[in-house]
This record gives sequence, C-alpha cells and structure tokens, in this order.
Amino acid sequence: MLNFIKIKSLILIASVFFVLSNEAYSAGGETYDLIKPGFSFEGPTGTYDREQLRRGYQVYREVCSSCHSMKQLAFRNLSQKGGPEYTEDDAKVFASEYTIIDGFDDYGDPIERARILSDRFPNPYDSKEAAKASNNGAYPPDLSLITKARSGGYNYIYSLLQGYGKEIPANIEISDTLSYNPWFPGNGIAMYQPLYEESVEYEDGTFASIEQMSADVTAFLAWSAEPEMEERKRLGFIVMSFLIIFVLLMFFTTTRLWKDVH
Amino acid sequence: MDTDYKYEPKNGLTRWLDSRLPLMRFTSEHVLQFPTPKNLNYFWTFGFILTMCLVTQIITGIILAMHYAPSTLLAFDSVEHIMRNVNYGWLIRYMHSNGASMFFLAVFIHMFRGLYYGSYKEPREVIWILGCIIYLLMIVTAFMGYVLPWGQMSFWGATVIINLVGTLPLIGESLTQMLLGGFAVDNPTLNRFFSLHYLLPFIIFGVVLLHIWALHVPGNNNPVGLSVQGKQDTVSFHPYYTVKDFFAYTVFLLLFCYFIFYNPNALGHADNYIEADAMVTPAHIVPEWYLLPFYAILRAVPDKLAGVLLMFGAIAVLFFLPWLDTAKVRSGRYRPIFRYFYVLFVIDCLILGYLGAQVPEGIYLFLSRVTTIYYFAFFLLVLPVLGRIEKVKPMPIGISNSELSTDMVAAE
Repeated sequence: MLNFIKIKSLILIASVFFVLSNEAYSAGGETYDLIKPGFSFEGPTGTYDREQLRRGYQVYREVCSSCHSMKQLAFRNLSQKGGPEYTEDDAKVFASEYTIIDGFDDYGDPIERARILSDRFPNPYDSKEAAKASNNGAYPPDLSLITKARSGGYNYIYSLLQGYGKEIPANIEISDTLSYNPWFPGNGIAMYQPLYEESVEYEDGTFASIEQMSADVTAFLAWSAEPEMEERKRLGFIVMSFLIIFVLLMFFTTTRLWKDVH
Repeated sequence: MDTDYKYEPKNGLTRWLDSRLPLMRFTSEHVLQFPTPKNLNYFWTFGFILTMCLVTQIITGIILAMHYAPSTLLAFDSVEHIMRNVNYGWLIRYMHSNGASMFFLAVFIHMFRGLYYGSYKEPREVIWILGCIIYLLMIVTAFMGYVLPWGQMSFWGATVIINLVGTLPLIGESLTQMLLGGFAVDNPTLNRFFSLHYLLPFIIFGVVLLHIWALHVPGNNNPVGLSVQGKQDTVSFHPYYTVKDFFAYTVFLLLFCYFIFYNPNALGHADNYIEADAMVTPAHIVPEWYLLPFYAILRAVPDKLAGVLLMFGAIAVLFFLPWLDTAKVRSGRYRPIFRYFYVLFVIDCLILGYLGAQVPEGIYLFLSRVTTIYYFAFFLLVLPVLGRIEKVKPMPIGISNSELSTDMVAAE
C-alpha cells in the first residue's frame, strides 16, 4: 500500500516537470527542433566562457545594439565577477564611447557627458515610437532578459539567429517586410538577417562564422539574463552538499529515535 | 483523548510566570508532550513542512518588499534591481517564487493525504474546513503575488481572471471595478494587489493557528483511521515527531534547493520576463501550474458564467466533503472500492492540470469535459453512494492491536 502511495506522489512531482517538456517548431509540415550546440554554462557546474562572453559583447556592440537596447545592464557589470570580467579600466573605456544627458546646467541646457561605469547601456532609440518607426512598425525587444523571456531559452535565440536564408516552404506566405525564419512563431520575423559571415572582426582573431557569432552573442545574452548564475551554482553546491549530509544525519537520528517504538 | 500532562514549573521564575501567563505550560502541553499517534507515516509530515513554507514566504516576502516598487512604471525594473543589484537579491526572489510552487506542492500532498485517510471525518470536520479556507487564501495570495513582477503573464493573467468575476450576475460589474480600482488592470490594481498580498499571509497565519488549535482538540488522525484508545497508542510530539518532521523537511528542502539553485525558472512562464504591455496579448495566457486544474475546469464549458461557477464550485465542494462522504470508516486502507475511485481522482486532477496548459480545442476540450465531470462526480456521486454500499475490509481493532474486525464502531 505504501509503495502504491509513493508511486502516486512521484506521479504528482513528475507532473510538475511534465509541463516543461521541450517544444518543436513547425513550419508548414516540416518540424524544426531547436539547435542545441551545448554551451559551457549548462549543467550544475557549468560556467560562462569569458572569451566567449567578450566576443559576444563585441557582436552585440557592433551589430545588435544598433536596434536593441539592454537596459538592465550597466557598464560596471562588464567587469564584475561571473561575467566577461573585463578590467575596470576596459569597462570605463567601453562606457566612455557613449554619452548621456545628465541633468541641466544653470541656464536650463542639458548637460551631456561621457558615460561612466555606473551608467546603463544606451538605448538606440529615444522612444518606443521612434524604434517602431525605424523598423516597419515592429519594436525590437530589449535584450537584457531575452534568453529567459522566450520558451526554448538560449537555444531558441541561438537557433533563431541561424534561421535565415532558408528556403520558404511552398505553403507559407511571408509578407515583403518580413523574413522567413522557421523558429520564429508564425515564421515571419520583422528582423532582417542580422549576422553574415565576418560581420565583425573578432579582437581575439577567432573566425567570425555565423555559427560562431550566434553562439557568442547567445552566451553574452544568457549571461545578461542571469548574471548571478555562477554564484548561484557555487552557492548551490555548498548548500546541497550540506543538505545531503544533514539529511543523512537526520535519517540516522530518526531511525535511532524510533527504533523502540512498535 | 489522553490529557495526562505533567508540567511542573521547576523554579521560582517559571512558577511565577505559570500563574500569570502559562506560556511554558502551553508549550509543554501542546508542543513537547502532546500525545500523537505513533503510527503516522511520512504523509503526516507535510503539516510541519507547510508551516515552514509559510514562514519562508513571509520572511523572504518582507525582504522583497523592502526593495520592490509597486508602480506600473517601476515594478518590473525593481524586480530586476533585486535580481542584479541587491545583495543575494536573486536568492531571496528565487526562494520566494519557487517557494510558492513548493508551498502548493506540499499542500496538494497534504490534502490528498487527508482525502485518502478520511482526516475530514467526524470529529475533524472543522480542521478540514479551516484547511479549505487556508487553501482558498493561498490561491488568492499566490494569484496576487504573481501580478506583482508586472510581466506579461502577470498583466494578462490578472486581466483574464478579473474579467471572470465580471460575469457574475448583479455584483459582477461593481466587484470587478473594486478589484481593479478602475476599468482595466493598471496602477491602482497593482497597488491594491501589493497591499493585499502583504496582508493575506498574516491572515493565513492566523487561520493556521486555528487549524492547529482545532487539530489539538481531537488529536491527529492516523493511517489506520481509528481513534487513540490510550497511552499505548501515542508518543509525545517531542522528540518523536519534531525529529521525524524535521527529517522530512530536510528531504523536502533538497527538492526546493534544486529548483532555487539549478532550475529557478523551470516552474515559471517565460513571458513573465517580458514587461507588461497592454497592447500586446500573449499567444497563450496560462496561470501558474498549481492553478491549472481549475483553469481547465473553467474552460471546459462553452458558457463563461457556467465556467466561473464550476471553477468556484470545484473549491466550494471541498468545504462540504465531511458530509458528502457517508462512509463511517475513515482510512481508505480498508475501503477496497474507494481506493480505486481515489486513485482515479488523483489521476483526474493531474490530467486536469495538464489540460489547463493546453488550448481547449478538439480532444483537449473533450478530455477536460470528461475529467471535470469525474471531478464533481467523485464528490457528489461516488463518495455519498459508496459509503452506503461498500463492504469494508477487516481492520485492526486498535492502533496497537492488530487483531482484525470489520466493525469499526466496536473498535472505537
């Protein structure tokens, strides 16, 4: 009987995971599974690849940032632990390439100054309306949380970036202002193909294939969405190790205590 | 009930206190020495686990409220501020958001345990009803809490659910406006939800105290379902159940910590990391997993009002359970036919949960109708009838006496 109930409770817990199963993306009869290249930050001990994050930042800076904001990131984040870990001086240089309006002077004129570490990444558009006007009415989403904000997560972003240039299936119609992309819901995406071979020239000399850039910028976006990930896993390891020992001790205590109760 | 307590104040101070505020006596009688059936299995540890869940939610919630800004302009970014800039803010928030899921997981096991072992039957009806009130308050609190991060699902979930209230005749419209603080989900809604989300856990805490008080009148039910007949059937709560409960809690913590540290967003919806936008409707609006069975019931019928009534009815019917179940025998162990219907009911609830996440069309719609019918039939048809016709299996005549009998009344 007890086993019987245990099985039931397992079913209950299993059902929680059930809803989370992976999705396949279909386009006119053809089904595309997400491309899963296997990132360094996956798994319980996975960490970000610093070099990859730096390359990813370069792709964001030189390509994505012309349309997409990353409003949750400050330049200081670039030098913090668990991220690309640039030196503070490097991060300062990145910041100083952009300006910001910081209050008004005594004459009421806006004060424009170079950005510093505590400033956020700049927004390419002054308003949502301006962003839409420049992009055929579509709003380029903020990328700070994008890998957490899409089902399929970072693998979805990685797949999407490589989903261009594919032949449009005969039974699908894509309007002129949209591009065909099998992974995008509805298959018609307002973003034109963003990455071409050697869109960027990597500072570390890595060859900039579309695949390489997609992986790099995806890793950068994954870090941006979860900058606490390395610390979280590190703390998790300590907590879980402690708990497992504690569970064992509690188990022995309980058995010992109850030994004589019949 | 054995009330043979032995509390003797040991020194001058405790003697002085005992005649003024018998706090030590109360603790001794209701926590330390409280006679508890010795045959409780691990399903009985969820009461303690749930108390810990509530305490965790309250503590993490208070800290989150120190950094959260309940304004439509700031809410989303203030949550990200907690995640990124507040020391261990990510930990506190993940504890709180996953804690809600763990709370519901535990309460479901707790309720299914009560259902199987007949813990709602005479003389424990009031304990069960108080439990139902707690469950209802939990649902309301969780729903309001889910709105606070001001993501897309927060906004659209609130819109869908509050619109449902509007279908109620007569009071619907004014009730909707009262909940919204206007005519659509907006800043006033967020503000009052924040206020109520902070208030309700303390009300839950109060009802939990009543729940435990009511429990301490007849004492615990147990897997055999027989009443305690004497000292030979019980052990003192401390150390036997304090230790056993805590052991179970540490195991529970393993699962909890797995989610917090290794899969913190698995139980949430991706869309809630997109800031609320009244102009963009998500493709599928779904509630959190623990509300999915009720969501499936809501959408099982074509009529909106009927759906709403069924959904509320699905919870309301729980309140009447002590009188709907006509069986005299408490424990499902000795009810051979009931056991099948019970397992079917658990599976039914799981399927309803699955269906709540699907688009109600075709086979899904058909299945949600079948499972909804069984959900209600279990309470309104199976339990009332079964108690009258079912032949119970021979059961022990006492908790410590394994001699068998089919007459429970004689055993009592």
